[in-house]
Amino acid sequence: MDANRPALTARSWRVLAYGVPLGFLGLFFVYPLVAIVVRGLRGTNGETALDILTDPLTREVVWFTLWQAVASTALTLVIALPAAYALGRYRFPGRSLVRALVLVPFVLPTVVVALAFLAVLPERLERGWEAILLAHAFFNVAVVVRVVGTFWASVDPRVSEAAATLGAGPWRRFREVTLPLLAPALAAAAAIVFLFCFTSFGIVLVLGGPRFATIEAEIYNQAVRLYDLQAAALLSLVQLAFVALAVWVTTRLERRLAVAGQLRAERDVLRRPRTAGEKALVAGGIGGLALFLALPLALLVERSLAVGGGHGLGAYRALGDETSALLVAPWEAVVNSIVYAAAATAIALVVGGLAAFAVSGPRSGDGRTRVLDVLLMLPLGASAVMLGLGFVIAFDEPPLAFRAAPWIVPVGQALVAIPFVVRIVAPTLRAIDEREREAAALLGASPGRVRREIDLPIVSRALAVAAGFAFAISLGEFGATVFLARPERPTLPVAIFRFLGRPGELNAAQAYALAVVLMLVTAVSAFLVERARVRRGGWV
Amino acid sequence: MRELATVCCKRLSALGGTVAVVVAALALALAMSGCGGSKTPTEVVLVTHDSFAISNDVRKAFEQQSGLTLKILQAGDAGEVVTKALLTAGNPEGDVLFGVDNNLLARTLDGDVFEPYESPGLSDVDERYLLDPRHRVTPVDHGEVCLNVDKRWFSERSLNPPDSMDDLADERYHGQLVVENPATSTPGLAFLLATIARYGEGGWQRYWAGLRANGALVVDGWEEAYTVRFSGAAGSRGNRPLVVSYASSPPAEVIFRSPHPKEAPTGVIEDSCFRQIELAGVLRGARNEAGARALIDFMLSRRFQEDIPLSMFVFPVNRNAALPPAFVKYAIVPANPLVLPPEEIDANRERWVDEWTRIALR
Repeated sequence: MDANRPALTARSWRVLAYGVPLGFLGLFFVYPLVAIVVRGLRGTNGETALDILTDPLTREVVWFTLWQAVASTALTLVIALPAAYALGRYRFPGRSLVRALVLVPFVLPTVVVALAFLAVLPERLERGWEAILLAHAFFNVAVVVRVVGTFWASVDPRVSEAAATLGAGPWRRFREVTLPLLAPALAAAAAIVFLFCFTSFGIVLVLGGPRFATIEAEIYNQAVRLYDLQAAALLSLVQLAFVALAVWVTTRLERRLAVAGQLRAERDVLRRPRTAGEKALVAGGIGGLALFLALPLALLVERSLAVGGGHGLGAYRALGDETSALLVAPWEAVVNSIVYAAAATAIALVVGGLAAFAVSGPRSGDGRTRVLDVLLMLPLGASAVMLGLGFVIAFDEPPLAFRAAPWIVPVGQALVAIPFVVRIVAPTLRAIDEREREAAALLGASPGRVRREIDLPIVSRALAVAAGFAFAISLGEFGATVFLARPERPTLPVAIFRFLGRPGELNAAQAYALAVVLMLVTAVSAFLVERARVRRGGWV
Repeated sequence: MRELATVCCKRLSALGGTVAVVVAALALALAMSGCGGSKTPTEVVLVTHDSFAISNDVRKAFEQQSGLTLKILQAGDAGEVVTKALLTAGNPEGDVLFGVDNNLLARTLDGDVFEPYESPGLSDVDERYLLDPRHRVTPVDHGEVCLNVDKRWFSERSLNPPDSMDDLADERYHGQLVVENPATSTPGLAFLLATIARYGEGGWQRYWAGLRANGALVVDGWEEAYTVRFSGAAGSRGNRPLVVSYASSPPAEVIFRSPHPKEAPTGVIEDSCFRQIELAGVLRGARNEAGARALIDFMLSRRFQEDIPLSMFVFPVNRNAALPPAFVKYAIVPANPLVLPPEEIDANRERWVDEWTRIALR
């Protein structure tokens, strides 16, 4: 009887690791999306599916969406990798601060930044694809810097050092030793950035002008402006097909490229830059990124101070006053955002953490796991417009009458945060040397104990990074939140958007002032997570 | 045999576990959604767009007078709100919908979203605002989309601002106009309709070709057009003194600027104004139909109507409602704005926008 115990524990663990994520995604993602697509496809207005899919305009939109997403991802990688290297290899003053600050652009509402950007963009860059790519890089470098940087910091430097003693030059060491070890994290980060750019909406609208449209923008146009749900449903299927393909390829790559072994605690890896060359690399990587990110952020601060023909704190003082733009005083949005984000982070860590174990476990090769792996990423790439409409018709009747429940907001935010948790935690889990687990099991440890004592310490680092990301995503999430949030409890991005939609100097300044507050909340919370991570001893 | 039994049991318990998790989640969801069964409703739910606003004391006045809690559900612009109402016709998200305008009206009425209700308050409302003889919708406010002029920009250069929309294709105003794309913006669509109402089916195309040749800039949304491109918005670094905005934008430039300027820095070109009427209706299948009617009555009352200008920056339809001083001083209510029948808009909108796209953008 006793001999059976470990097997049972392993099984119930597996049920939990598959069941919770599948149940959550099934209920809050697959079901509403299927409901709205089926509804759309049922109605017909004389057009056939073929007409819509073979329309040259559709082809043009799909092609633009695809190439700009690929180019934006490449540009983001190029800009972010030097900084990821500096953060993943070296210890230097202000390192935690840099890691916290890099998250700031990622949470900002795209429309505010795009409008601030337009005010200073040289005329010839306006309304071109160049501005779109640069803006995508601005928002997404955080993903690469943090996902790749964190993984880099756990890759044992001794492998590379050994290659050096064998006579390999720095470039060759990077290409043949470091790059293969980093590949899974690179694939994961690239997948996330690609999905964000592929479904980009606000940036393309504002910076690209009327000439450019992504599939997502066209879905919005069809569903909301023209009320052609059939076209919207078809387009969202096209979008989902591309997203699923991209996710399938990258998760395969991530798995194929995973090299087990030699993960180390960060404090054993990081060291101070020694030679002048190393110092230059660190300064260049961090300084270059800082310059790239600082300009738009400084602009937001400047705009928030522009009141009364000069500069002052008027907009900040007004945040405590009643306003016609919101039903509550603007500062309450800060509190709402933090509460919602904390709840969403908790949901995302539980669901995403379990899913990460499921997709990186010993059965990770089988078909079911691969499907789960792809499914987990889809919320990042599915049409937010269609999902929002799906929520309205899917959750309208008991027992599923949640469309007005307050907890639906963090649930919607968690849908976007879960893919991050999985993509950050899974590569680390896969890289744990299976021999360590086997050795522990051989010494009589139950699977639960193996997880607790081998996996968890290494994973807690990745979990902390994931928590920071999930919190930031929920703080900045707009697409789902604006559909679901109650006006008595607006979040910061929702409040910013409301102010931006009104004429008058004070309203504009208050929108930018709230954006600056959002920047501060993000930076402070990310910094606190960083500190907690550094302080807890042991593996972390 | 034993082997097989164990495998079976394992499968079963794995399945049982998954089922248990799902059941637990559902139970939790149920408990949290708090279906209380049928009792007398204590709240009335207003479904509306992002631009809706109401002063706190006005809201409290309604709650005191009706004994109901007013819940407001805002999610998206008017187009999104109407789309959701059409999707949930018969099982709506709330009791009253406010924010349908004349552009969206025909689509909404076709979708059988509303229950007819003729409010006694309509006796204070002018005939010209009544768009549905069956009273499925009730007018609440009207706002005019007009060309705005940065008066200071012109006076600093000792130039004469245009005083009719006919002038905009003139050389003298080259590169000075910014408009919104009618495919993506409500005021943009209203201005396109204004040109159709003024120059007719045969003439508006030539007018737009003239605007394009004269360097008109097309942007996607009002936010960019007004706050970034237009020179007259406070704090803007824009360099275009002519923009498509609202008749109420000039008073906003006074009210939200400190110190308040003596004279409104911007004005409107009156003959370019196109009327938009915003309407409310009792949603079919409303949980609180009596409350919904009470809310519509309240929305026509002077208390609510007089709150409209400063909270939503549009004009009341109740002829007895007094305008706030800033509106009396700095806003003009265009006497004879351009209009088009809702059915005509609905029947031609897509074709007009497509044609416009070819003329103004391609």
